[in-house]
Amino acid sequence: MPATSTHVPEPSRTEPALIRNFCIIAHIDHGKSTLADRMLQLTGVVDQRQMRAQYLDRMDIERERGITIKSQAVRLPWAPTQGASAGTTHILNMIDTPGHVDFTYEVSRSLAACEGTILLVDAAQGIEAQTLANLYLALENDLTIIPVLNKIDLPAAQPEKYAAELAHIIGCDPGDVLKVSAKTGEGVSELLDVVVEQVPAPVGVADAPARAMIFDSVYDAYRGVVTYVRVVDGHLSKRERIQMMSTGAAHELLEIGVIAPEPKASDGLGVGEVGYLITGVKDVRQSKVGDTVTRLSKGATEPLGGYKDAKPMVFSGLYPLDGSDYPLLRDALDKLRLNDAALAYEPETSVALGFGYRCGFLGLLHLEIIRERLEREFNLDLIATAPNVVYQVQMEDGTEHTVTNPSEFPSGKIAAVHEPVVRATVLAPSEFIGAIMELCQARRGTMLGMDYLSEDRVELRYTLPLAEIVFDFFDQLKSKTRGYASLDYEPTGEQTADLVKVDILLHGDKVDAFSAIVHKDKAYNYGVQMASKLRELIPRQQFEVPIQAAIGSRVIARETVRAIRKDVLAKCYGGDISRKRKLLEKQKEGKKRMKVVGRVEVPQEAFIAALSTDSDGSESKGRK
Amino acid sequence: MPSALPDGEPVPPDGALPASALDGAGTRPLGFYLHVPYCATRCGYCDFNTYTAGELRSADGARATQEGYADLVVEEVRLARKVLGDTDREVSTVFVGGGTPTLLPAADLGRMLRAVRDEFGLAPDAEVTTEANPESVDPEYLAELRGHGFDRISFGMQSAREHVLRVLDRRHTPGRPQRCVAEARAAGFRQVNLDLIYGTPGESDDDWRASLDAALGAAPDHVSAYALIVEEGTGLARRIHRGEVAPVDDDVHADRYLIAEETLTAAGLAWYEVSNWAVDAAARCRHNELYWTGADWWGAGPGAHSHVGGVRWWNVKHPAAYAQRLDAGRSPGAGREVLTDEERRTERVLLELRLADGCPLDLLTPTGAAAAGRAVADGLLEPVPFRAGRAVLTLRGRLLADAVVRDLVD
Repeated sequence: MPATSTHVPEPSRTEPALIRNFCIIAHIDHGKSTLADRMLQLTGVVDQRQMRAQYLDRMDIERERGITIKSQAVRLPWAPTQGASAGTTHILNMIDTPGHVDFTYEVSRSLAACEGTILLVDAAQGIEAQTLANLYLALENDLTIIPVLNKIDLPAAQPEKYAAELAHIIGCDPGDVLKVSAKTGEGVSELLDVVVEQVPAPVGVADAPARAMIFDSVYDAYRGVVTYVRVVDGHLSKRERIQMMSTGAAHELLEIGVIAPEPKASDGLGVGEVGYLITGVKDVRQSKVGDTVTRLSKGATEPLGGYKDAKPMVFSGLYPLDGSDYPLLRDALDKLRLNDAALAYEPETSVALGFGYRCGFLGLLHLEIIRERLEREFNLDLIATAPNVVYQVQMEDGTEHTVTNPSEFPSGKIAAVHEPVVRATVLAPSEFIGAIMELCQARRGTMLGMDYLSEDRVELRYTLPLAEIVFDFFDQLKSKTRGYASLDYEPTGEQTADLVKVDILLHGDKVDAFSAIVHKDKAYNYGVQMASKLRELIPRQQFEVPIQAAIGSRVIARETVRAIRKDVLAKCYGGDISRKRKLLEKQKEGKKRMKVVGRVEVPQEAFIAALSTDSDGSESKGRK
Repeated sequence: MPSALPDGEPVPPDGALPASALDGAGTRPLGFYLHVPYCATRCGYCDFNTYTAGELRSADGARATQEGYADLVVEEVRLARKVLGDTDREVSTVFVGGGTPTLLPAADLGRMLRAVRDEFGLAPDAEVTTEANPESVDPEYLAELRGHGFDRISFGMQSAREHVLRVLDRRHTPGRPQRCVAEARAAGFRQVNLDLIYGTPGESDDDWRASLDAALGAAPDHVSAYALIVEEGTGLARRIHRGEVAPVDDDVHADRYLIAEETLTAAGLAWYEVSNWAVDAAARCRHNELYWTGADWWGAGPGAHSHVGGVRWWNVKHPAAYAQRLDAGRSPGAGREVLTDEERRTERVLLELRLADGCPLDLLTPTGAAAAGRAVADGLLEPVPFRAGRAVLTLRGRLLADAVVRDLVD
């Protein structure tokens, strides 16, 4: 059904009463992008011929992983066929939100740009923890919630069961839960009608100084930074000068427009409208998510609320396998940062790994995505050190240290160590309660509460150290619940804990890349595990190599790599000489790729294997 | 399955060498290696270029078989004469190896040797060796060989233990090689070598000591002792993969090497190359020393390698292909490499370091020389010769020779 026969409101001149700004909250794989695809088709903005799956997901990684990393906003004209607004063409701005816990802040800004949200849940799986977390965010933002069950065409769908669950969570009637199949299109036009009917129109002051909230900014190689905004008050017009209120920086507005779903320039954007700005800046940090845009002259004095600086929570050292790739890594990070204000990095040197960068990420997924993009888009082979969090270390003499790298952990008399903690929510079938509680307890968790969402699904809430989560908590949770549990967490502050640094020494030399900050009770385990893993990985040398795990000067575990006793070819006659020389040349190449710790030659493969958390076979992350 | 040949550039049809290879050729010693690519059966550990009668039956060209083989080698020796030019060059060593040279009639081996003498002339003190299988010789055969001019013989003894010989697929009975030594002495051979293999699956330290004692009991001039190398593609490798035979680890090889060194030294032999011991300097194998000192040698026969003045080449591998090349009047060379100065230096280091005389330190770069200094400190190189300008391996260094070479060629 093509959009409509009636008058379609133009950007910059659209009555707020005809605008509906909404987003879709859904878990990975629950069909958000497919639903967005159907909406693009039904509203006629993309025809059958141009359609490709997951139209709005622009990055390969997004399409492959089926997740949205950066949000998008599309202007869709829609005239409902039923209800009070039937026959009048409305403008629906669909704001696609990121789907992962690491991007909670971006999600919150996307939500702040909307008046309503579609809560999309897989009718065969029920709601997941991250969806629930985002739903709570939407409720805090006073958004109108439209509950929708997707994939009703699946044989395994249990629409009645999950409708009851949704109704229980948001406090509506199970009969109000819409049922659609984004795949077949069933129920999608009815859903669009409901969006027009239920989502409130935006309200703003048309003659006030312009205020628009940035909910995303994206770097484009040709256009520079493209900033997505929602106009709250007033009007932004093309070719005027604008100002970012958090920094005071002024920019020329080179282009303003809407996404439909390709960029389309307009004269401006009015109250309630959603669109993009191009100012020619080259770095997304000059266009921060959550910031308020106003006019330079006679602009607003009060910014819109809710702005925060993105703060890295998880750190990892990234090193090129080939040391000569270091400048390439630097350039690649510089380029990625253009598009990712949350990515932080600074140069770092490791005795074992050479030159690299200590990078800060919003969370584990963010880390994996960045690493994958570096490897894929920039052809870099990288070693990543085990992820860690930020510690505040107070010394007895009163000085304080911020530790983002275990090797910086101070060695003097320590008064207290503070570590970040999160509030974690786990949703799972009730049969796994025991397994989950066991895991959370082993990870130093404190239970906050537990609720039944339905007869056989529970929500468990814990306070957990973030360090435990970034280690391999999610993998363990998945394996202990046969994949059924979902996890969400948000930082809630910090706590003091009995933490120590465990160093690993090879032949008496500290290997900085293997140092870890762990709880005192787990230090021994970590030391034993790491030492025995390394004993398997380090090739025999011409001398015996002791591998020790130590806290300060106290050795807590020891293994030995026996000295190699024979490394000589028995026969070397006429026909063997070429072969032998070529072998030698090859071995010399291999030797160049060895990292030398003290006098011990360690192949890079050993570092990679020792640093990967998946050696116990639980799950491989990112690497193929 | 014999191991593969290296990659290289093609050899011209007439086998001609670049002029650089022949510069000053007259002043360098020249040796001949004559390959005999036949065995009665293939041993399970062997990856040499050799064939059994059965393996050759399907091949075309009658001359690929044993009967016409000596004539082919004679032809290649004549080709060598043309390629090496008119410079007078007496041959200082001839070595007939295989395969099993003694599968051929002694007269055939004699004919091959005579071709070298006819084309080049043998130096008055030339060393003329043949390898021999203990089962395929008797006093008459040995006397015949001696009559043709062979004066050194090398027997493949491998082990004195029957169960070890069985794993190696060797057919001779224990005791036979020692009797061969006596028969060779009686026939007038000046020097006799016994080849031994250690580290065979199933061999114990005591088995190895027994083999050494048995060999020494026969009073050879020379002993070669090789760690068993399990080459990919051999029957033994397959049996190990299948778990029928236990693999032997390097530490066992190291122990056996130390036993060999101790036993042979106590019996009055001294090492002069990593795997070779001789009763005195005169008993060293001069032919092998040509390989280890970068001299010129011509290898005739299928798959044989040659080296002349920095050019190394290798013949086509299969006896039938080899025969076809020679029948067509073409060089049997399959490929060659012209070594760069750096490659020649690398080869000198890797070969000479294996010798008791060691390699001169001035062959090393400053980085290599510094590594040599560290190797002395680590007990891998002898300090006294080091101070006199030579890198000579210690006993522990011999066992780690490849690692030392890797450091020294930097």
